[in-house]
Amino acid sequence: MAEPVTAETVRERVDGFLAGHDPAGDRMEFLRARFDAGLAWVHYPVGLGGLGAPRVLQPLVDQRFAAAGAPDNSPRRIGIGLGMAAPTILRHGTAEQRARFLRPLWTAEEVWCQLFSEPGAGSDLAGVATRAVRDGDGWLVDGQKVWTSMAHQARWGILLARTDPAAAKHAGLTYFLCDMHTSGVEVRPLRQATGEAEFNEVFLSGVRLGDELRLGAVGEGWAVARTTLMNERVAIGGAALPREGGMIGVLARTWRQRPELRTPALHDEVLRLWVRAEALRLTGIRLRQQLAAGEPGPEGSAMKLAFAALTQQISGTEVELLGAEGLRHDHWRADRPEELDLLGRGPTYRWLRAKGNSIEGGTSEVLRNIVAERVLGLPAEPRQDTGVAWKDLPR
Amino acid sequence: MTLDLRYTEEQEQLRDSVRAMLTDHAPWARVLKVAESPEPDDADLWRLLSVETGLAGLAVPEHLGGAGATLAETAVVLEELGRAVAPVPYLGTTVAAQLLLHLGESGLLRELAGGEPMALALPFDVGPAAPVPSADAGARSAVSRSRAGSSPVSGLRLPGVEVSTAPDGNPLLNGTVSSVADALRARMLLVPAGGALFAVEADAAGLTRTPVVSLDETRPLCDLSMWNAPGRLLAAGDRAASALDAALVAGAALLASEQLGLAQWCLDTTVEYLRTRYQFGRPVGSFQALKHRLADLWVELVQARAVARHAASAAAQGDPDARLAAALAQAHCGPVAVRAAEECVQMHGGIGFTWEHPAHLYLKRAKSAAVAYGTAAHHRATLATLADLAPASP
Repeated sequence: MAEPVTAETVRERVDGFLAGHDPAGDRMEFLRARFDAGLAWVHYPVGLGGLGAPRVLQPLVDQRFAAAGAPDNSPRRIGIGLGMAAPTILRHGTAEQRARFLRPLWTAEEVWCQLFSEPGAGSDLAGVATRAVRDGDGWLVDGQKVWTSMAHQARWGILLARTDPAAAKHAGLTYFLCDMHTSGVEVRPLRQATGEAEFNEVFLSGVRLGDELRLGAVGEGWAVARTTLMNERVAIGGAALPREGGMIGVLARTWRQRPELRTPALHDEVLRLWVRAEALRLTGIRLRQQLAAGEPGPEGSAMKLAFAALTQQISGTEVELLGAEGLRHDHWRADRPEELDLLGRGPTYRWLRAKGNSIEGGTSEVLRNIVAERVLGLPAEPRQDTGVAWKDLPR
Repeated sequence: MTLDLRYTEEQEQLRDSVRAMLTDHAPWARVLKVAESPEPDDADLWRLLSVETGLAGLAVPEHLGGAGATLAETAVVLEELGRAVAPVPYLGTTVAAQLLLHLGESGLLRELAGGEPMALALPFDVGPAAPVPSADAGARSAVSRSRAGSSPVSGLRLPGVEVSTAPDGNPLLNGTVSSVADALRARMLLVPAGGALFAVEADAAGLTRTPVVSLDETRPLCDLSMWNAPGRLLAAGDRAASALDAALVAGAALLASEQLGLAQWCLDTTVEYLRTRYQFGRPVGSFQALKHRLADLWVELVQARAVARHAASAAAQGDPDARLAAALAQAHCGPVAVRAAEECVQMHGGIGFTWEHPAHLYLKRAKSAAVAYGTAAHHRATLATLADLAPASP
């Protein structure tokens, strides 16, 4: 391996690239060229959009491109691809799979979705019932997935399916990359409590997938899925914000602009929430500093737990601060938002949407179990499903 | 400016050596014995920490006999002292050092760095006052301006100590200050009186220190009374006010690290107990009702660490955000330490409520510290001003 890549080299590379590529030219050409120059995600390997550089240098690259007015790859629209599919393919994919999927994933030519949760397997994800059966040199998949955001726009899905029902539940799983355009894949909008349909149900009926779409070995699906899940938790809890940059800013602005709504009791509540929001923001900064210094800790789970509780309470307080005015909802149309905006729309929307924060990406209850057992080292709850064939489990 | 919220390698080494020292010299049984004794603190332990190890002057410049480190290192020492509920006047002496540094009192600083404990003669609950809102902020919220009072340091007006002049022209102090921490063995008391600051020798004629039976006997309080006690004028007016303010801001910031260390001990000890305590044929720690509460406590602690490090770094670097950081630290870390200690008692069950288990020492220290340098509510009121979140009109 060559000498380590420094901030200086990265800066030179970006400037060199910008000298040869017009940021105002064709967007997709620009993005593809940026990937090929190793400036997509600099911590990825050379040849796969990166330079094998330290991850901390990525913000420098993004800032430099943004300052030059370069087009971005709509990172919010392809969050599942960037945050979950890509690290999993990088870690567990074959050379062919990495070469085939990572470039269009990063350029947003191909949107990804996650086919994990099922009506019968939520918190107990390892209990998925979607079956994948060998069919000649490929696989035949049947089952139902749920809570699949972006499925209606996705070209590919990361799919967890059961290949051996006679094995214990964690042992009988295999991980696939599912072609969302193939026959037998049906996507239906799933309307949630906010009225909109951010998510989908995905029905898989006799879906044929070639064996080249299997990621990792047969029966190793759980280990592969854990890579995805670890990255999901980081993705949800990890955004860097300035002071009052999150939901607390909305509440604080309302408080400042509407003195007639203030009461002493609400004042104390707003201050308590402000303290918690600032504490959480600093925790995120510290976590990011640790990651950048190569000292990753388990604090990401703390971020997600605290974030969910905090957004729920801030938005609830905002509704009460506004009184009857806070009860006026904008509309109940079944919109299909392209990008999730937790701060978007009105107070009642924020309050309702925040209810999902403690459910999506691992419920707060499951996260507390994980923290208690993996971080604190407390003993596991006695289980009924250890060493039992998946097909023999009560359901 | 983005402050570094991590620990440096040197700080981790400092932590290891302080922890090793406290493990050997301040096991909890000894802490309890000192707390039960008429002695105000552990004189041997103080000598070890201050004279032999030089920690009293850790953040005092080297040319004044200190170690030339910063408050970010002092904060790490306080984490470990909190973890051990060590009965030494370290916090009060550190705060006194900040005041003396502000005034450039090199003689007193040399004595302090040499191991002489010193203390501010203020009730333990006096914290930094909320600043008067600027004209800008005032225009947005006239209400908070009218409520904030005029003095930038309410502490200067708090104790009832009056200043008169002796026939030889030197100042004499008269009055009482109740519930003062870390003062019983202090060599020098720094007394705010009449809008100025005075240094009063511990053995000065007319000074009486009366021990108070305290909730936290690992950091006992005392009442001071001065009866024509001779004092030396340190500073007056704005200079006195800003020195006192700086010391109190530093105190609030640093106390958060002590609270963090205390909370970490409570969590660690409770987790260890729940792993080994069996009831109903299984470890008590396998019950979700307890696991989830400890997970929540850990989440609070992770945040308390970020907040305490932020306050320590801001204080160490004289960051413009230091006042807000200190208020935030006390608004957050005080309640976290109390909750950690309360959970520690509760989850230990019967044993946790006995005199023979250390949990009660931590419980008492946590509650006492939650009041020290201002309660969480006091600091939330400060944040209301600093973050421009004005209260409701009366």
